[in-house]
Amino acid sequence: MSYRHDYEVITQWIAPGEKVLDLGCGDGGLLKHLGEVRGVQGYGVENDADKLLACIRNGINVIQMDMEKGLAGFEDGFFDHVIMSLSLQAMHNTQGILSEMLRVGHEAVVSFPNFGYWRHRQSILNGRMPVSESLPHQWFNTPNVRFFTIADFDALCDMNGIIVRERLAFDDGRLILDEPNFLASVAVYRLGRPA
Amino acid sequence: MTQPQSVGVVVAQSARFTEPLTLRSGDLLPEYELVYETYGELNAARSNAVLVCHALSGSHHVAGHYADEAGNVGWWDNLVGPGKPIDTRRFFVIGVNNLGGCYGTSGPGSLNPATGKPWGADFPFVTVEDWVAAQARLADRLGIERFAAVIGGSLGGMQALSWTLQYPERVAHALLIASAPKLTAQNIAFNEVARQAILSDPEFHGGHYYEQGVVPARGLKLARMLGHITYLSDDAMADKFGRTLRHGKAVYSYDVEFEIESYLRYQGDKFAGYFDANTYLLTTKALDYFDPAFEHGGLLAPALARATANFLVVSFTTDWRFSPARSREIVYALLHNRRNVSYAEIDSDAGHDSFLLDDAHYHALLAGYFDRIEV
Repeated sequence: MSYRHDYEVITQWIAPGEKVLDLGCGDGGLLKHLGEVRGVQGYGVENDADKLLACIRNGINVIQMDMEKGLAGFEDGFFDHVIMSLSLQAMHNTQGILSEMLRVGHEAVVSFPNFGYWRHRQSILNGRMPVSESLPHQWFNTPNVRFFTIADFDALCDMNGIIVRERLAFDDGRLILDEPNFLASVAVYRLGRPA
Repeated sequence: MTQPQSVGVVVAQSARFTEPLTLRSGDLLPEYELVYETYGELNAARSNAVLVCHALSGSHHVAGHYADEAGNVGWWDNLVGPGKPIDTRRFFVIGVNNLGGCYGTSGPGSLNPATGKPWGADFPFVTVEDWVAAQARLADRLGIERFAAVIGGSLGGMQALSWTLQYPERVAHALLIASAPKLTAQNIAFNEVARQAILSDPEFHGGHYYEQGVVPARGLKLARMLGHITYLSDDAMADKFGRTLRHGKAVYSYDVEFEIESYLRYQGDKFAGYFDANTYLLTTKALDYFDPAFEHGGLLAPALARATANFLVVSFTTDWRFSPARSREIVYALLHNRRNVSYAEIDSDAGHDSFLLDDAHYHALLAGYFDRIEV
């Protein structure tokens, strides 16, 4: 099963026994981890047939749906945390899903690749679209449809009144405190509902 | 890994119950017989039993074939057998013909002990809940306290759901395929037209046609033709038949011209040749009546609060008779109750019939789910 270093950060923010929804849950690796170390009651959402099958084989609760259409059917405030790990950049309806995450969850946890990472900027300066550990695809086969930076995401949260409760940024698993928009390849956010 | 195989030659068995069964309608069925088949071996802990519930026209003959009828293959043979998704090397699988049926289980065609004549229209109304109650007695008889899984498609899925509500402690996993928590008005409407076709057949004789030596075959044929339209998707019908004309051009006749007419007539005639009209009437009514939310003000979430099983809910994209939206209602109601539930919406162009077909992804999902069931 998949395991990524943003799982550790996310795990720290989850209390034992929580109800957790993982959007774009892949093969269910994060939920499996959270089940083991936090005893959460976890549900995944996935719309890819092969990933859905992987979840079933891994014994993870998974619900097939198209997140682009929102999370209709999930009750307001049902989940303690709604997580989207490295999937937000692959969604068209960015604002819609953020608002839905904070509707069905008390808090949202979002991680995404930072397009403003210095290596990415360097690549663009050299005239080529970035391909890196956090952006592993070529421009012609990437599932990503939104390319944004940490600064962009901060601005979006500000614009929509979404509270940024915590933000951690990493490069190759190392915590980046200074100039994260330049030096970090991945960011993980803990978000609260607009006041 | 061995190739999936057939369970081979199977033999139907029968169990007689003399303790009366009080039905949901309030009527009493004084005694009855259930016909069933089993595949695989019940383990020593009696923990590996899987109950397969059949839909409208199905039966206890789920898998394999009969020694004297090699062509009579079980209706879910693609799913049940050694190396198949419900692997009979691991599971003890049971298929049972429901009360009111016409395959040997007590039904309108069997003798009413009070009169010595066929029950006919006097056979009491039976509901999904009654079927499940009778299945539970069969489980008792076979020494099965708790099923590893109860699975069904369409009306069979309703039985699987009802099991989790009537006997929550007796079901570890429930698999609801192409099912619904209740029929829509449109669905009841289709059933009503089918019933009227039978009821208005001059050879129906108020349901007592057995004594007259006739069967309301025309009505039953029409009912089946209508049903078949709703089991296929528009696209599947277009792909399979299109507007193909048998004579290559219009001949201005009411005989078969379009291939879809030929298909429906063939299916209707075939069905009317072996199925019983009274069973069809009873079974469509059982479908109509099923509504566990009714006693909870129409709310499904509180209705499913009793269930403790783990669930897999599966629907098919082009199924408009039991649409994905109906399966989602079940999923969200289970979620509300914090049940373990997974939901898959299988991309298929075959409509409601998809649940009987062996789509690779669909079967991989079921196999993946069954592989994780502990016995």
